[in-house]
Amino acid sequence: MHEFNEPFFTAWQLVAGADARLGDIVLLSLRVSLAATLIACVAGMPIGALLAVGRFPGRRVLIVLFNGLMGLPPVVVGLLVYLLLSRAGPLGRFGLLFSPTAMVIAQAVLVTPIVTALTRQVIADEWTEYREQLRSLGASRTRAAATLLWDGRFSLSTAALAGFGRAIAEVGAVMIVGGNIDGVTRVMTTTIALETSKGDLPLALALGLILISLVLAINAVAYALRGWAQRHWG
Amino acid sequence: MKLRHRFMAALGSAALLIAAASHAQERFITVASTTSTEQSGLFKHLLPVFEKDGGIKVRVIARGTGQALATGRRGDADVLFVHDKVAEEKFVAEGEGVKRQEVMYNDFVVIGPKSDPAKAAGKDILEGLRRIEAARAPFVSRGDKSGTHAAELRYWTLAGVDLEKSKGTWYRDTGSGMGPALNTASSMNAYILSDRGTWLNFKNRGELGIVVEGDNKLFNQYGVIMVNPARHPHVKVADGQKFIDWLVSDVGQKTIANYKIGGEQLFFPNAKR
Amino acid sequence: MSTPAWLAVDRLSLTEGGTRIIDGVSLQLGAQRTVVLGPNGAGKSTLLRLIHNLLHPSSGELRWARVLSQAMVFQRPVMLRTTALANVIYGLKLKGFTATESARRAQQALLRVGLEQLAKRPARLLSGGEQQRVALARAWALEPELLILDEPSASLDPASTREVERTINAIAASGTRILMTTHNLGQARRLAEEIVFIDGGCIAEQTPVAEFFQSPRTSAAKRFLEEETP
Repeated sequence: MHEFNEPFFTAWQLVAGADARLGDIVLLSLRVSLAATLIACVAGMPIGALLAVGRFPGRRVLIVLFNGLMGLPPVVVGLLVYLLLSRAGPLGRFGLLFSPTAMVIAQAVLVTPIVTALTRQVIADEWTEYREQLRSLGASRTRAAATLLWDGRFSLSTAALAGFGRAIAEVGAVMIVGGNIDGVTRVMTTTIALETSKGDLPLALALGLILISLVLAINAVAYALRGWAQRHWG
Repeated sequence: MKLRHRFMAALGSAALLIAAASHAQERFITVASTTSTEQSGLFKHLLPVFEKDGGIKVRVIARGTGQALATGRRGDADVLFVHDKVAEEKFVAEGEGVKRQEVMYNDFVVIGPKSDPAKAAGKDILEGLRRIEAARAPFVSRGDKSGTHAAELRYWTLAGVDLEKSKGTWYRDTGSGMGPALNTASSMNAYILSDRGTWLNFKNRGELGIVVEGDNKLFNQYGVIMVNPARHPHVKVADGQKFIDWLVSDVGQKTIANYKIGGEQLFFPNAKR
Repeated sequence: MSTPAWLAVDRLSLTEGGTRIIDGVSLQLGAQRTVVLGPNGAGKSTLLRLIHNLLHPSSGELRWARVLSQAMVFQRPVMLRTTALANVIYGLKLKGFTATESARRAQQALLRVGLEQLAKRPARLLSGGEQQRVALARAWALEPELLILDEPSASLDPASTREVERTINAIAASGTRILMTTHNLGQARRLAEEIVFIDGGCIAEQTPVAEFFQSPRTSAAKRFLEEETP
């Protein structure tokens, strides 16, 4: 049982002591996963909206595809991006491997299907409510997609959060394309993996607690914001 | 509507900027090394000294020796710092590396349950392995083409054990780095071959302790190799060479020597000058 | 009929999943205010949607004397999550007006329906009656030649219903043709010039309003009026 008490204490000590290296690691985790989620939203939300309101050949296939890609194993994504960015690979000349940029790319690839599929779901639900009125007003399908994206912005925040949660919690992709380099590409999850492999389980658990708390806090803030927005905009 | 498009575009570019900015324009080399050098804490001790001396940052990718060499073959690293002489010499012979230089050595130890059910304890690695096999005591292997794994396989062969024939549930091939393999051994109360450095820095020991040590055969040589710029023109030759030269220099060798855990020296410099 | 037909519906049919929802409907619409009545499931809403081009017929056609610009208001007002003003502006922007012009016309439209005070309020937070009037303003701002309404006050209280009727009257007075359905017989009496009575997907009769309520021509209409009148 004491094995479970110690991490709480260690976690508190780490945070209270404002350990600089811990701060760097947390900041890097946030930067990488936030950037990846942003890219996933910019890319995936319009696609998701078009999939919801559009009518074009292959639409059903695409829907199934994106739903399936939600379950992409992070380590597979990491491997694919690694092969792309490696010097021996097609994009090698940019020298992006083992950098935070590579990590952002890998996580963006991982998260985009999630954001796309969830956006499609949200917009499809909105579409049933808005369809007749928007068509009556003369909105084209693309215009309608854009309108619903903005109108559904609060529900879409859930999609973005889901994507972010997946990004910040994964270790397979960032480990492979980042290399877990001390001070450069070391994030919370890879640090936890490293400390675990060094046998320092209490420290690893403590870091895990910090990670969980961070994610919970972000979710709580988002929930509160949604509530405020609901009351404010209806 | 236009406003929203601009907003989205701004978000997208902000994202890429955030990412790009962290791809900082600092001077660095990429060194592919093994888990034993990282997890023993050697690099944490060694690299700051070099970085202050030369102003070059060293980015270490710590994998197993096999992976490190593969990374070198792909041109994703500038310098390799590994411990498998046979594989290293092959690497240079293939033209993938420029020159192999010896830097330091440490030794392997056999870790096992303090109760030593196979009675493997002693100074003889081959005899110890034979006894473990005879008793079919649980043994964890790294199975990941690392230097340690290569050494382990050599010892079995030298001990006259045919792993193919005598493989059974006692021999656990985990395919993992040193740390995770030690974790596995700890929870299974199994025997395992480890480098001394990682073991000394390892915290999850459970019921395990050093069972076999001191055999000359357990000597483990580390070498450093520059990836061949003729094959991979982008390799940072000048800075990479600076690192190599520093490692074999007096300062470098001394810094390696004074890395200790609990008063015990882990790595012994032996560069030929 | 005092005016020539602005729309001739010719044997219009809609079959969906084996059911004939609209069954060979033919009629000439020429009145300025037409109200479609009929029991539940008769096909009133479907007919309106066919005329508004939201649905496509399985057979038959619509023959317009000349193509009319249309707008439609639904039973439940569909408001975007923004201000009342922005909701009205949305329709205008779609039509191609500039931002400034859209804002001006939208302000005017809200003024005409008496909601200029609520222009900056979030539309979804308004009462049902107010939202429906915003929907009417949104439609009116587009200056449609034909306004179609599908049970516009079905979910409203009597006071809001009166406001909505007042607005419909004003829109009609400005020259727009009105085509609507309702369950409220009093409302039909108040607003219609002509009643189209539809039953089981077919047109049963088409009668000027006073005559329809006093002495309907068909027994189906008679039965309907008996059942609907409390």
